[in-house]
Amino acid sequence: MSGPLLSARGLRLAFGGVKAADGIDLDVMPGEFLAIIGPNGAGKTTFINMTTGYLKPQGGSIAYDGEPILGLAPRAIVRRGIGRSFQLPQLFAEHTVLENAALAIAARSGLWSPLTPLLRPAWRAEAMAVLERFGLAPLAEARADALNEGARKLADIAMAVALQPRLILMDEPTSGVAAAEKMSVVETLVRVLREAKVTAVFVEHDMEVVERFADRVAVWNQGRIAALGPPQQVLNDPAVLRDVIGIEPAHHA
Amino acid sequence: MSGTVTAPARRVAPIGEALLALLGIAAVILAAWAVPWLKFILTVALAKGIAVLGILLLLRAGQVSFGHSMFLAIGAYTVAFLAPALPEALLLLPLGAAIAGLFGLVIGLFVVRYRDIFFGMLNLALSMVLYSLLEKLYSLTKGTDGIRVSGLRFAGITPDLATQEWVMFGLALGLAILFGLLVRAYLGSPMGRALAGIKTRETRLEFMGVSARRVLLAAYVLSAVMGGVAGTLVAMTSRHVTPQLAYWTSSGELVFIAVLGGAGSALGPFLGAAAFELVRVYAAAAVADAWQMILGAVLLLVILFAPGGLWGMLAGRLGRRP
Amino acid sequence: MGAWFSENGLLIGLALLDGLANAALIFMVAVGLNLVFGVLRIVNVAHGSLFAIGAYAAASLGLFLASLGLPPAFGFAALVVAAALVGGLLGPLIERLVLRRIYGQEEVLQLLVTFALFMILEDVQKLVWGVQPILQDAPMKLLGTVEVPFGEDTIPFTAYQLFLLPGVALATLVGLAWFLRRTLTGRVIVAVTTDKEAAMAMGIDAAKVTLLTFTFGAALAALGGALASPTTSLVPGIGAQTIVLSFAVVATAGLGQIEGAAISALMIGLGRSIAVYLAPEFEVVVPYLIMVAVLLVRPQGLFGVLETRRV
Repeated sequence: MSGPLLSARGLRLAFGGVKAADGIDLDVMPGEFLAIIGPNGAGKTTFINMTTGYLKPQGGSIAYDGEPILGLAPRAIVRRGIGRSFQLPQLFAEHTVLENAALAIAARSGLWSPLTPLLRPAWRAEAMAVLERFGLAPLAEARADALNEGARKLADIAMAVALQPRLILMDEPTSGVAAAEKMSVVETLVRVLREAKVTAVFVEHDMEVVERFADRVAVWNQGRIAALGPPQQVLNDPAVLRDVIGIEPAHHA
Repeated sequence: MSGTVTAPARRVAPIGEALLALLGIAAVILAAWAVPWLKFILTVALAKGIAVLGILLLLRAGQVSFGHSMFLAIGAYTVAFLAPALPEALLLLPLGAAIAGLFGLVIGLFVVRYRDIFFGMLNLALSMVLYSLLEKLYSLTKGTDGIRVSGLRFAGITPDLATQEWVMFGLALGLAILFGLLVRAYLGSPMGRALAGIKTRETRLEFMGVSARRVLLAAYVLSAVMGGVAGTLVAMTSRHVTPQLAYWTSSGELVFIAVLGGAGSALGPFLGAAAFELVRVYAAAAVADAWQMILGAVLLLVILFAPGGLWGMLAGRLGRRP
Repeated sequence: MGAWFSENGLLIGLALLDGLANAALIFMVAVGLNLVFGVLRIVNVAHGSLFAIGAYAAASLGLFLASLGLPPAFGFAALVVAAALVGGLLGPLIERLVLRRIYGQEEVLQLLVTFALFMILEDVQKLVWGVQPILQDAPMKLLGTVEVPFGEDTIPFTAYQLFLLPGVALATLVGLAWFLRRTLTGRVIVAVTTDKEAAMAMGIDAAKVTLLTFTFGAALAALGGALASPTTSLVPGIGAQTIVLSFAVVATAGLGQIEGAAISALMIGLGRSIAVYLAPEFEVVVPYLIMVAVLLVRPQGLFGVLETRRV
């Protein structure tokens, strides 16, 4: 349990002239909650896309659990235990919420059974259990495209969690969630992930969420990590506040 | 919520679906017994229904193959080529299915990399390759004249013509029921539900550790096998195979039947096939030169005014809202 | 080697000339299909039927004019008038009555609707013109043959196929490219092709553009048919043959590519006619093999652009 779970070194990727990753070095330790903050276009989502195999960096390396994962297909990376959720929820629109969760369970434990129903008792129960943990059980029979944005977001994360990853990368898990329920959603999320002992990296814009729930914060700016450390320290750094978050220190205090 | 071609609008309780299926089976048997000349048409309709089940699988993934009758042709020509040496129908049937499945695997490995229009066109192109070969390699296939199939034996027995018609009808009905149940189970299984996921959110499948291509390939091979079975049945029933079986318009007909019947249930293809063949026969009898026009008009009307197909109309009456 | 060449060289020369004429005709059909797809996002299965009806109409009109005792040169007018009539009548009819109802719907539906149109038009064609072959080759005869020098020999070839067909195709290609890039209407069409919502937001009447484009595409198919009619006997089924061939051209080039369609039409036209001389059994297979081979290497077609999915 000593080394980092995820270790990125010198990641480089440019889209035309825009540097989305300009030498990213980052270690994620087992069990921690690491928040990534920074302005739009700083390369936060690009980092997730590179780690999950959706984008190939032009240089650098990524190791998971001590083994290189760069160049593997997304599905091979998922199978090693890295899950992800999406800024725009990626649900199967014509399936029910329950089926969405059950498909994730099936993907993990046995998709290739062509004659037994997806909603067999064991998987139905497990899928319901996952949905219950996220407070989605009442919506189990609803079609995914009928949900509101907050529920879609949670269902999206529930699918990633149902895969039982050791590391989860979440792209703005609270964007689109109504302000009133945001904190309870995050509390639910954090409780579920802690219970399942999942290490989490999440992109977040809400500083209150970051302050309350992150163990460490990495500040992204123009494809580089501008600051890294505990929230109290990073979020009170005047340079970070001014240059990256874009607020004057006085207002924050 | 309105229904679409590839996704059912309403669900009918399984018990209702089972009752309808039993009713349909009874009606088909009764019709074949009461009106002898219908037996041939119904046998062909059942066979085509089996092939259309395969189209339905692919439709669930949002993909439409405009070349799927090539597998029907492969099954049919397997019978035509092998029957002189091996006249046993009960062996030719699984052989035709297996060879079509093998072709399905090889072709599938290639076409499942493509989606939408390109998927449709590649299937079309490959079926046209087969069609051209069947038409041009005269020494092997007798070209557009086609090959007669005769002297079939069933479990070693050569029945008289009337009996053989009943045997073929029974075989087609039995296989239709078998594959209908198989497809129904498949569509509800993880494989089938993942297949439907290709239509709406293919990338998510990849991020769940699932290869969307393999999911589609499995369905493609299964649909090829069903196309092969349909082809062997058609060859044994009509006892004459021609390259026309592989022409792209024949594939278009299969997709036509799928949409006519509706993709909401495994019963749809058979409803559609029966309606298609009956309209064809009656239209051809009524206006010999315009039956295709009448079929085309029916298709237009169905798509514009009843996009759920015949099954959708039935389900709308019997169904409950999901 | 010398003996082989004098025996087969002429055949190959003939194949090249044949292929060029062939390519010109396929291009006319494929470019219309492509244009319609670009704006309507519908692959029109009935496009080949418009080709066939254009061919039949041109032959009938030509024969009718000849029966009036008019000089054979009127045969050329018949080609153009027939194409304009077929495109101008059937185009708006199909777009207004049928296609308009299915824009933005599932692809399967759109394909099938045009397949239904194909079935209907096939029978319309049989009802009007019957199933007996029709030939009206006066325009081709009128232009006579040219002795094309090839090595030490010459190959006799009709001027119609040597000059007129490639000439019209080239003019279509250049004219279309000019029209789409340099004229206001053309740029409006391109705008709708690229981003329909944005174009509509800018006040472009998309309904009018669609109607115009479809009619124009239909007229191109009909013109292709009319131009083809003097070179061959017309029989039922030419529409079905033509549409699959132009599918192959369009898929090989990449959807929506106009210059690309010209190049892939050349590849397929030449490939086919060379096969006629080398291995006639495989002539019909060649276009599809070319298409499959191209798509194996470039899944989006030779000149197509890959659309990336956003996560």
